[in-house]
Amino acid sequence: METQTIISVKEMYKRFPMGKTEFTALENLNLDFAQGEFTGLIGPSGSGKTTLLNILGSLDVPTLGEANVLGKSIGKLNTHEAAMLRRESLGFIFQSYNLLAVHTVFENVEFPLLLLKIPSQERRKMVQEALEWVGLSDKIRSKPPQLSGGQCQRVAIARAMVKKPKLVLADEPTANLDAANSHHILKTMLTLNQELKTTFIFATHDEKVISYLNRKIYLLDGRVDKDEVVTHNK
Amino acid sequence: MKIALKLAWRNLTGAGLRTWLNVLVLSFSFVVIIWLKGIMTGWDHQAKTDMTQWEIGGGQYWHESYDPYDPFTLAGSHAKLPSQLENAMKAGDLTGLLLTQGAIFPEGRMMSVVIKGLDPGQSILKLPSRKLGTTASAIPAIIGNMMAKHSKLKAGDYVTLRWRNANGTFDATDVLITDIFSSNVPAVDAGQIYIPLATLQEVMLLPDEISLIVLRDKTDGWNEIPGWKYKSKAELTKQVDEMIKTKSAGQTVLYFILLLLAMLAIFDTQVLSIFRRQKEIGTYVALGYTKQQVVGLFTVEGSMHAVLAALLSAAYGLPFLAWQAKAGWTMPVDTSEFGMAIAQTLYPVYSAGLVIGTVLTVTITTAIVSYLPARKIARMNPTDALRGKLQ
Repeated sequence: METQTIISVKEMYKRFPMGKTEFTALENLNLDFAQGEFTGLIGPSGSGKTTLLNILGSLDVPTLGEANVLGKSIGKLNTHEAAMLRRESLGFIFQSYNLLAVHTVFENVEFPLLLLKIPSQERRKMVQEALEWVGLSDKIRSKPPQLSGGQCQRVAIARAMVKKPKLVLADEPTANLDAANSHHILKTMLTLNQELKTTFIFATHDEKVISYLNRKIYLLDGRVDKDEVVTHNK
Repeated sequence: MKIALKLAWRNLTGAGLRTWLNVLVLSFSFVVIIWLKGIMTGWDHQAKTDMTQWEIGGGQYWHESYDPYDPFTLAGSHAKLPSQLENAMKAGDLTGLLLTQGAIFPEGRMMSVVIKGLDPGQSILKLPSRKLGTTASAIPAIIGNMMAKHSKLKAGDYVTLRWRNANGTFDATDVLITDIFSSNVPAVDAGQIYIPLATLQEVMLLPDEISLIVLRDKTDGWNEIPGWKYKSKAELTKQVDEMIKTKSAGQTVLYFILLLLAMLAIFDTQVLSIFRRQKEIGTYVALGYTKQQVVGLFTVEGSMHAVLAALLSAAYGLPFLAWQAKAGWTMPVDTSEFGMAIAQTLYPVYSAGLVIGTVLTVTITTAIVSYLPARKIARMNPTDALRGKLQ
């Protein structure tokens, strides 16, 4: 079956000013990502995983080269267009969950739908569905401080998935979780990847995450060290 | 905007005590500013009413030589009632007063006074002139509370009154204090003694002569008359307006301090929020908010304090303000020594303009104060904000 390329990175560089010199975080990257991938950007700290994820998420721009995400050239988007891309097509999962602490689980998951101006009734239905995917339907009125780390990350997954985005970017999603919770989260994301054909790109160096990936891109000092496709039955 | 309002409401209610402390401080500013402004308006209103009732009526005609600030003009400032005003006099729309310098001798001391001849039958001024209509062995006289206090005179006392008549001859007689009135207008009390107009005209050898004419309030059609200066009510109360304006300017400093305190709390909360909620700001941006929208959200959040404060003020402030308007505010010190028209108890007067103006001023100021620190968000790098790395 032919798969559609949704991300294309060509000869991309990212440099950060460091005093009077520059630090090169990404160097001459050339990568393509197809729809439905469950891919990991793997590497030690400082290898450029998060920088690449931020650029793909239109939170940052490349210094040189091209990063095309869902047909949009990231470097050429203005702030409003970048926000629209994130709002409509991207989901984010963060290491420390980044939930809105004073909002309930329902309100946290509802947030992306509010931005999309989805009518209240439909919104409610979609939030409930997302919370069912992650098994938190009974925590609808709880607030993040009342939840465990694993539950918080499941809420974050529900928030990322509720609008059924084409692409989910997850930055070290299991870093603050124990093994059991990590596996639970990863299985949930894998199921959503298979059922909704959502592309997942992880930035990780966690072996548990790596074992679930069907494509592993190893980064070292801002360059692609190895890019391998794996087939396994999880 | 609707989303910003919804989120701001959730964020504020979620923040709990911090929000309510700010709202309480702000609501206190609302109530105090409205109350103080109300007191000033009430004082202005009361002073003008008292002056109208006790001293100036609906305006006055002054003899052209009369100068209230120069007692030496009194001797020459008198004339007969102008013919143009005779009908008004018959209709009871005006009353005449004759003024002259004099002295009283309470307990052997000499006190300079202004002797005022007042028609016992007049009903234009609130002065108890009917007490001058009593027949007694001595000339009846009335004085005010302040004058009584300084001269140690009381009703029923006799005191020697000395004057100088039209021919320059000194004369004196005992007068009987028939009443001591209580007025908030020092100009009708301090250093003043009232005796019947006809008596004063007789002893001064100035039959039918008067120094000034007081017009009944709410009458109009008064024109300039040769030999007399027309003073409208507005002109005569101008000093009060100026005095209230001066006092109001002083109070503006207090409003400013109150507002500053409230705004400091809001500003502090906003600055703290922006530093403590960096990850949240980054999350908003990652989820699809533009940075400008996040600035808007924080501004709405800050401004919403003012809206909540207005509601809280309505809850406890309205009953308080209503009670004050009814019961008044009694000054802790004796106001008779203040030298200006001020009642011992002031009744605040609130207008819709005052309430709306205060609410708008505080809300707009809060919005500005909320916006200023929120602008920093626009300069944030979202990737740094997400990691909470900003200093």
